[in-house]
Amino acid sequence: MSFSTFGEFLAMGSHGPFVWGAYGISMLVLAINLLLPLSARRTYLQGEARRLRREESK
Amino acid sequence: MNWTWFHKWGSPKWFYQVSGRWLTGCAWSAALLLLVGLVWGLAFAPPDYQQGNSFRIIYIHVPAAILAQSCYLMLAVAGAVSLIWKMKLADIALQQAAPFGAWMTVIALVTGSLWGKPTWGTYWVWDARLTSMLILLFLYFGVIALGQAISNRDSAAKACAVLALVGAVNIPIIKYSVEWWNTLHQPATFKITGKATMAMEMWLPLLIMIIGFYCFFATVLLLRMRLEVLRRESRASWVKTEIHRMLEKSQ
Repeated sequence: MSFSTFGEFLAMGSHGPFVWGAYGISMLVLAINLLLPLSARRTYLQGEARRLRREESK
Repeated sequence: MNWTWFHKWGSPKWFYQVSGRWLTGCAWSAALLLLVGLVWGLAFAPPDYQQGNSFRIIYIHVPAAILAQSCYLMLAVAGAVSLIWKMKLADIALQQAAPFGAWMTVIALVTGSLWGKPTWGTYWVWDARLTSMLILLFLYFGVIALGQAISNRDSAAKACAVLALVGAVNIPIIKYSVEWWNTLHQPATFKITGKATMAMEMWLPLLIMIIGFYCFFATVLLLRMRLEVLRRESRASWVKTEIHRMLEKSQ
């Protein structure tokens, strides 16, 4: 472990805002990239389900 | 030479079936590697003797920058395959990888600028490396916009493939920008071969993060490609069966 206290870990030797900002933004972007295709898949399946129901009721 | 392995890629159905198996492996490797790499890089790697703790940004900056360039190379290869063999899957891969590559370029630029402030004293300079990365971002935007603007699928595939191939000239420019021009950006830190420029305990978490980013890319790309295959092949009977199966499972 390179830090002795949790406060030191958060401070990152006065570079805290830069380090945590960079990590925060990057994790957010990674999350967006993972969640978008997952939600697109759900929307697509819901649309297909509606279409199938319509076709069956005809 | 036996070409059956290549011909298989001509079948979206075959791809859909095998990619389902690959997806789980890629997703778990990505989650595990990124977790280990993040904790190791943020908490356990020693601080740099000159830059202190701001150097920890390297653990996302370098993997994102490598992915941004690898992803563009993949676009160019997919473009060549789609132009030469008219392979549908190559065009799907090209279209679905482009947004991810653009996002990786954004991460590389943003983390680089956040790293630049405490290290160089400025968020941005019009330096060869930074400018050529910005051009890479615009190339990605070009591929994405072109793919969406042309409604005819075959023309869109052709136009995007040509842009991806022509734009690939920027990749060696990015790579050698730090050697050809006098730049503020430091030369490559991460090397697989040649003399080590980093201490082992700093280099190893970086390697883990880079492999983790590649696995994450594979996961996202497979997710996006599988959905696009279903959309484009929606008239095929195997897709109808697959959608029925998925709908039954989700109910």
